[in-house]
Amino acid sequence: MRRTLAIALGAAVVVLAAACGGSPPPPPPAPQPNADSLARVRDSLAREQARQDSIRRAQEEAAQRAAQARADSLAAVARTTDEVKSMVGTMIHFDFDKSNIRPGEDTQTLDQKFAILQANPGLSVEIVGNCDERGSDEYNMALGNRRALAAKQYLVSRGISADRISTKSMGEENPINPAHDEDAWAQNRRDEFNVTAGGDVLMKPPGM
Amino acid sequence: MTSRYGSVTLALAVLSGAAAARGWAQDTTHALEQGVRVGITYTPGVRPGMLLLGGPSQALLDSVRTIVGRDLDYSDRFEMISLPGTDSLTLGITALAAPAAPTSHTTEAGAFINYPLYEALGADYTVSVVQPPAAAAAVAVYDVKGRALLKLVPVAVTGVSDPGFRMAVHRASDEIIRIAAGTPGMAASRVLYLQGGRIYRVDADGADPVPLTPVGAKMFSPAWMPDDQHMVYTQLRQGLGAIYVQDLTTGRRDIVPPTGELLNYAAAVSPDGRTLAFARNTDEGAHLYSYNLGEHCCLQRLTTGRFSDNLSPTFSPDGRRIAFVSTRAGSPQIYVMSADGTDQQLFAPFDYGVTGSSYAPDWSPDGLHVAFHREVAGAYQVFVMDVASRTVRQLTSEGSNEDPTWAPDGRHLAFASTRTGVRQIWVMDLDTGRVRQLTRQEGARLPSWSPRLGDTTNH
Repeated sequence: MRRTLAIALGAAVVVLAAACGGSPPPPPPAPQPNADSLARVRDSLAREQARQDSIRRAQEEAAQRAAQARADSLAAVARTTDEVKSMVGTMIHFDFDKSNIRPGEDTQTLDQKFAILQANPGLSVEIVGNCDERGSDEYNMALGNRRALAAKQYLVSRGISADRISTKSMGEENPINPAHDEDAWAQNRRDEFNVTAGGDVLMKPPGM
Repeated sequence: MTSRYGSVTLALAVLSGAAAARGWAQDTTHALEQGVRVGITYTPGVRPGMLLLGGPSQALLDSVRTIVGRDLDYSDRFEMISLPGTDSLTLGITALAAPAAPTSHTTEAGAFINYPLYEALGADYTVSVVQPPAAAAAVAVYDVKGRALLKLVPVAVTGVSDPGFRMAVHRASDEIIRIAAGTPGMAASRVLYLQGGRIYRVDADGADPVPLTPVGAKMFSPAWMPDDQHMVYTQLRQGLGAIYVQDLTTGRRDIVPPTGELLNYAAAVSPDGRTLAFARNTDEGAHLYSYNLGEHCCLQRLTTGRFSDNLSPTFSPDGRRIAFVSTRAGSPQIYVMSADGTDQQLFAPFDYGVTGSSYAPDWSPDGLHVAFHREVAGAYQVFVMDVASRTVRQLTSEGSNEDPTWAPDGRHLAFASTRTGVRQIWVMDLDTGRVRQLTRQEGARLPSWSPRLGDTTNH
């Protein structure tokens, strides 16, 4: 548009010059480049170039952004999966020689696992019961089983299918803290939760 | 060491002449540390005096003498006496310079026996390790009061490097004990135990601990087969566990087929070797099962119920009953049933809410007693129940003491104890209350005492 206007103006100047004087008109001077008009043309060309460049840049940026967004969303899924897995893996703990689920932190932890199991119907887990070193060695194998069964029962009673949850016991044979004090014992009296199937992509439950 | 204790014991015997009712003594570890090993309720005069003579220094005879001396001491059936002096033989001869002492003589076995001196020292029996013409070594057993050689017990070895050397000497010791005490000892036996996930065996005198399972594999609850040639145990794998039968000579092992899934543990074998009883973790808790090892069949569930755990079976010596742990009344306690699972009933009485939890029963070889451990004031203590009267008696009081297992002589128990701070296997003599440390491996636990090991056990 702007270039069309510049050409029209140039043509008007030539016509006006030819119209002056009565004698046979001298041969028209060889057309001299008009400095102003040239500059204007060059400007317009540069502007056009810049415009083109900016479009290209914008297109490139958009493509980059799209690629980033795609990557971001995959990472987000992976991050979510990791986060959910970590929530699944949160241990619960027990009092000495007890297998009942303690109300409070531990029931909240199990409620979270319940919501995750509901939001991810393909997910299966195993619960591994563990004991501290103080109980009788053979009895602790049974107690670890009780502790795993207690957590399973809690989840099944809220509606999770029993065949999605398997249970194991390590008795006192697999302490996470080998020390011989109350802190270590409290840490070792625990249920561990491991994903056994359907853990590749995990969704957060609504509202979490 | 033996001689020092022997002297002290002898002095005590002289000082405390009064006879007391014979009964099981309490744990006397503290007394032991002070060099005294006589339990409060023990009557010193009941045990015959046993004198082990010195002799010419020679590698084979020295080794035999050392092992026999320890075996006789650890049998806890004798007052061990030694001659006052470092070189018994020399001193014995010097003291008996009188050439015509009519009651002393050089015996057929070639040893010089000073009966009057030994009798004065309180010896009822004297043993001397000798080298008869026809054998590498033998042990002569003398009746001091009767002034006679009772028997020359051969030691069936060719030399100390003989792989069956120690066991052959232990068998000779048991024969000496049989001659002198009327009933064999338990010197020729071994104890299995768990340490760091591996199963070991050790001789009954604490010598020669040998690992039987590889590094890295996590084993659990080892137990002897009655044939004394095999053991059963669980190999743990990520919360599951299968039961294996392993040949102790070849190391070859076979899985018990139905135990290839779930967690199976606490195996016990019936005295005829045909039935395996074990605990299995199920969705209904831990329950007892039996399996016919002879015919490789017939897995049978013995206990039922969603709300109780049932574990740690032990067969009566006649194979007809099984004692076990059950939580059916709330806390774990000792129950008994027929071997087919019928007629289940409480075995060791308890006061609900008062008596501590009870675990790990082991039926004695004579069938008269069941040992177990029970929680007392935050620790475990070994108890023994009299099967006929169902009365229980606490045997230990120091540290925490778990998982008792009977020696084949029916008067010793091995158990895991924390009395020195870390778990080790200890042995207690129920008649005297004497206690000794069997293992020197930190964390040793879950002992199982073998039957008497037969002549074929030279490994």
